[in-house]
Amino acid sequence: MRAKVHVFLKPGVLDVQGKAVEQALHGLGWGGVEHVRVGRTIEFDLKSADAAAAEAEVKAMCEKLLANTVIESYRVEVA
Amino acid sequence: MTKAAVIVFPGSNCDRDCKVAVERSTGAQVEMVWHGDTTLPSGVDLVVLPGGFSYGDYLRCGAMASLSPIMSDVVAAAERGVATVGICNGFQILCEAGLLPGALLRNEKLKYVCKPIELEVTNAQTRFTAGYKGRRQVSMTVGNGEGNFFADEETLDRLEGEGQVVFRYLENPNGSQRNIAGIINGRGNVLGMMPHPDRAFEAELGSADGATLFQSALASA
Repeated sequence: MRAKVHVFLKPGVLDVQGKAVEQALHGLGWGGVEHVRVGRTIEFDLKSADAAAAEAEVKAMCEKLLANTVIESYRVEVA
Repeated sequence: MTKAAVIVFPGSNCDRDCKVAVERSTGAQVEMVWHGDTTLPSGVDLVVLPGGFSYGDYLRCGAMASLSPIMSDVVAAAERGVATVGICNGFQILCEAGLLPGALLRNEKLKYVCKPIELEVTNAQTRFTAGYKGRRQVSMTVGNGEGNFFADEETLDRLEGEGQVVFRYLENPNGSQRNIAGIINGRGNVLGMMPHPDRAFEAELGSADGATLFQSALASA
């Protein structure tokens, strides 16, 4: 199975990269851009036959290593 | 003779500075401990997690280092009450390991800051800062790109209320909430700080104020 993990800073946590990208887009003329957030995607193959079990395993990985839940939230896709 | 251990992670770059700083400030015997080891030297009185870029700062600063094999024994030592200090990347590792609350974010202005800095000694009644008694201001240096201390409001109130804020910046270099430069755990034996006492332990380095911190830590051992 292929797992995709999306990690973003939580709302309310200052995302300075997002701010910088937003300002750059404004500078290029895209004035309608708002609330840019920069996150990361982590993808990997996982040996598992069962999607629900795989999702639970990936969530455990997020809690342990892939995300810092003090500042970040995550979303898991398994397919 | 008192004994200290400096943990060496792949990408640490202040490990030898910490060794020399602790040796010259205190006369303690300092052992370098590789992150892949599983036990600290026996009878260690002080554990230092040094600055640098452990694991290349990949994923998040300090994230992978916090799960290194040696960290279970570091956590066990901290839980036994052994004095533990994390400096710069070491502070990030302590937060990632859950030994200290909060996290360190990218600096507010996205700039790496490297300069001498003045600190307020917010709490001089800790085992690390007892030597600063009567002094409200000390000089050290900072060198960080992700030193912007973050915790939720409730945690910040608790840290302030319980005297766990140990150092504050007089001029905030990185956007840290409430100008926090260093915090201690509730029990008072785990200190994390972004400024470098290891780069300020002799007058020739611009300040000897960092030496007092290592002396205090080991005097209380």
